[in-house]
Amino acid sequence: MKFGVVRFPGSCDEVDALMACRRFADADLLWHGDRDLSGVDAVVVPGGFSYGDYLRVGAIARFSPLMESVIEFARDGGPVLGICNGFQVLCEAGLLPGALLPNDSLRFVCRQVDVVVENPGTPFTRACEEDDVLSIPVKHTTGRYYAPPGTLPEEQVVLRYAPGQNPNGSMGDVAGVCNEDGNVMGLMPHPEHAVDPLTGSADGGRLFESLAMVPA
Amino acid sequence: MTLASAPHRELGLTDPEYDGICERLGREPNALELAVFSLMWSEHCAYKHSKKLLRMLPTEGPHILMGPGENAGVVDVGDGLAAAFKVESHNHPSAVEPFQGAATGVGGILRDIFAVGARPIAMLDSLRFGELDSPRSRYLFDWAVKGIGHYGNSIGVPTVGGEVYFEPAYGQSCLVNAMCVGLAPRERLIRSAAAGVGNQLVLLGARTGRDGIGGASVLASAELSDEDESKRPTVQIGDPFEESKLVECCLELLEGDLLASLQDLGAAGLSSSSSEMASKGEVGLDIDVSCVPLREADMEPFEIMVSESQERMLCVVEPARLEDVLALCERWDVRATVIGEVTDTQHLRVFDGDEPVGDLPVDALVDDVPLYDLEPEEPAEPLYPDPPARLDPGASPAETLLTLLASPNIASKRFVFEQYDSIVGSRTVRRPAAADAAVLVLAPDGGTGALAVSIDGNGRRVACDPYTGAVEAVLECTRNLACVGAEPLGLTNCLNFGNPEKPHIAWQLTRAVEGIRDACLALGVPVVSGNVSLYNEGGGGPIYPTPIVGMVGKLPEPRAVPRTAFAEEGHAIALLGMFEPALDGSELEKLRGRLAGSLPPLDLAAHADALVRVRAAVRGGDLPTAHDISEGGLACALAECCIAGGCGAVVSLSDTGTPHTLDAQLFGEGPGGVIVAGPRHAIETLDAAVVIGEVGGDALEIDGVLSVPVSELRTAYEDAIPAALAG
Repeated sequence: MKFGVVRFPGSCDEVDALMACRRFADADLLWHGDRDLSGVDAVVVPGGFSYGDYLRVGAIARFSPLMESVIEFARDGGPVLGICNGFQVLCEAGLLPGALLPNDSLRFVCRQVDVVVENPGTPFTRACEEDDVLSIPVKHTTGRYYAPPGTLPEEQVVLRYAPGQNPNGSMGDVAGVCNEDGNVMGLMPHPEHAVDPLTGSADGGRLFESLAMVPA
Repeated sequence: MTLASAPHRELGLTDPEYDGICERLGREPNALELAVFSLMWSEHCAYKHSKKLLRMLPTEGPHILMGPGENAGVVDVGDGLAAAFKVESHNHPSAVEPFQGAATGVGGILRDIFAVGARPIAMLDSLRFGELDSPRSRYLFDWAVKGIGHYGNSIGVPTVGGEVYFEPAYGQSCLVNAMCVGLAPRERLIRSAAAGVGNQLVLLGARTGRDGIGGASVLASAELSDEDESKRPTVQIGDPFEESKLVECCLELLEGDLLASLQDLGAAGLSSSSSEMASKGEVGLDIDVSCVPLREADMEPFEIMVSESQERMLCVVEPARLEDVLALCERWDVRATVIGEVTDTQHLRVFDGDEPVGDLPVDALVDDVPLYDLEPEEPAEPLYPDPPARLDPGASPAETLLTLLASPNIASKRFVFEQYDSIVGSRTVRRPAAADAAVLVLAPDGGTGALAVSIDGNGRRVACDPYTGAVEAVLECTRNLACVGAEPLGLTNCLNFGNPEKPHIAWQLTRAVEGIRDACLALGVPVVSGNVSLYNEGGGGPIYPTPIVGMVGKLPEPRAVPRTAFAEEGHAIALLGMFEPALDGSELEKLRGRLAGSLPPLDLAAHADALVRVRAAVRGGDLPTAHDISEGGLACALAECCIAGGCGAVVSLSDTGTPHTLDAQLFGEGPGGVIVAGPRHAIETLDAAVVIGEVGGDALEIDGVLSVPVSELRTAYEDAIPAALAG
């Protein structure tokens, strides 16, 4: 099992994500200008400010040569996890429903929050049980999830912020969603920053652990 | 500003200085040369009023790898690793345009760190504003914080700590000091000295534009006035995306051993970076300004030489490695252009194509700069008015405690630190407000050792007594490190003062530097880097003298580092260190509308010993809680432990063994006391600990003097700054 972690110019959390993946499987960085996914089994699109996030968050990264291969990989059923800016990129790429809007505070927020596992049936959450509560930090300015009414079936909501802990005004407390086939997931919290109790929590490791598990 | 209409005086040079330039050149300078001299001889670049004073600071120590004079100070942290760190001010730009001023302050200090080959791993900020009942102060505070977050968050370097104070004396001149810490394998460190005649000079990064022209001389080396608005074009604009590429690119260039030397472009742009590289290497440089990539096509040669456009670095490359350097830069989409070469002339020669447009002896620009003696004079009358009284004289101890907790200097800074990414890099073991110092592991994917970092400096206490106040700033920073078990390896400082040409300001500056010197000597901590920001005066008079002290320390084991929070019911609470509370210079005295004319003298040697004991106690383990007693005294420190832990405490003052008045015992401040808490057996075996109470219940109860529910303490503490900002 091998993870590929995308590195765009302006990525911030790609090395953190790489280290998190390596706790559970092999992992390597993938360069934004390449088209070759190097035979990885799962792709992580990390957080940061890809290409400076000028124009609109995630809007430029979506057109990079590597992302074209990632989109193809996802359409073929390969697992793709987008974290924060990665979530924004996957929405821009049309791989996930909805969009991320500026936080209702209009400020950056960095905070440890509890999220509740709503759907443990995805490749990203199969190491969890329904209603498990995970302590994972958020850090973003543009994290308010929105999908037009009727476009997000309940089973595609993978994670919700615990009651009273929604940090950005997301619709229905949505923290993470997947596509219809369940092989693409995006979330605003940063599981790669919750893989060691020493730095705050190990709960985020469950997502990488899930991906590294051989399906039953 | 056009050069034709700008004789030397308009560029900030005195008549004798102009004569000195002519003498050194043996002729009159042309317009470009005058522009370069005016910047290189400005206070900001040449430290002409502070250099002599700074020579008294101790700069030698067993851990030092690079001391003052390099882009940043560097200390050995063991395991083949080195930590680079420095604090720098961006006060004047932030007072003119707080968002870009603060953002580019962050960008500038980051470049100082990776210029020595270190990867930036942590930022801290020290901020000062006027009282929050002023709309201008609210605006400066809000936008400076946004600017710091904008740059730091975008570039993937965590902001792990800092401090903010609000005082009337900063109403006109806010302070924005940024400190950065970086980490490098020892063998990857690089110096800025240019070397190797015939080597190529390569400019990396952003195009050069007209932003920031004259920033160092016009903005940073004179008092601001009501015409600040017209100076807005002298503030630079930051692009963190460009810098993020530049960091990665430079670190990869160094990893490949492709560079002979590296230097950032800061104040005075190409002029200062090139002449400093040449000076350190005792070589000359030829620069062709027509090769410099421009943002605006019609820039004059002098504008290209002095532009302070951000996100640029200058490096020296051996011709054989040039191709590899350019290829790596292209991969990172970083612009790289050969703009000159190293010569043996010891002159900085500037060309526009084939045409020579300037010829400057390097030593006249950098080393042979006029230095001035200060003329210090102790003021006979207080320099600062008493602050307005904000506390009812009849307030009960409980009311006083709640008012202090809601005073913005003491209240929770959550509003600030939640706007900063404090965790990127996976090193942050103690986030902002979790402990007295931020703690970062050396190896994010294993290993044991960790660094602790803190930045401190209470300007009001320095205003009361410049010598003792400065000593206290060093002690406070050391104590914050001790509370997480860290031993300081080195100190960086930023001296923020008013106009040094005024005798009373010169006296403050002199006494404060003497205080830092004596404290450093007593604690055995060397000064590795620093920065001076003078002329911080607006229409309302000088700022409080504000020496900011930053330290990096090392601790062996991050797993058991204490937190501010009380951990468990039944834990014993004790006092450690030297608890000598006094009301002079305290927050309570400020709220009562007084500013003392002195601080109690202190025994530095005894404080140094006490800090060693605190550190030893913390390193002994079994202490889940440690928190120093600072602003607001013992009562506020206890309240902060209660709020963070979500539990109460019962405390008796009769056991503190101090002869002080009730007010002083509860709210008095002084540079020594530390609260610790833990299992009773662990506390009782501590050397020189005085047990004063026990964790438990839902309220902070002190001796029948006051009893306040923790929920009320929390509301006062957490709501104050958001409420003040709401106007």
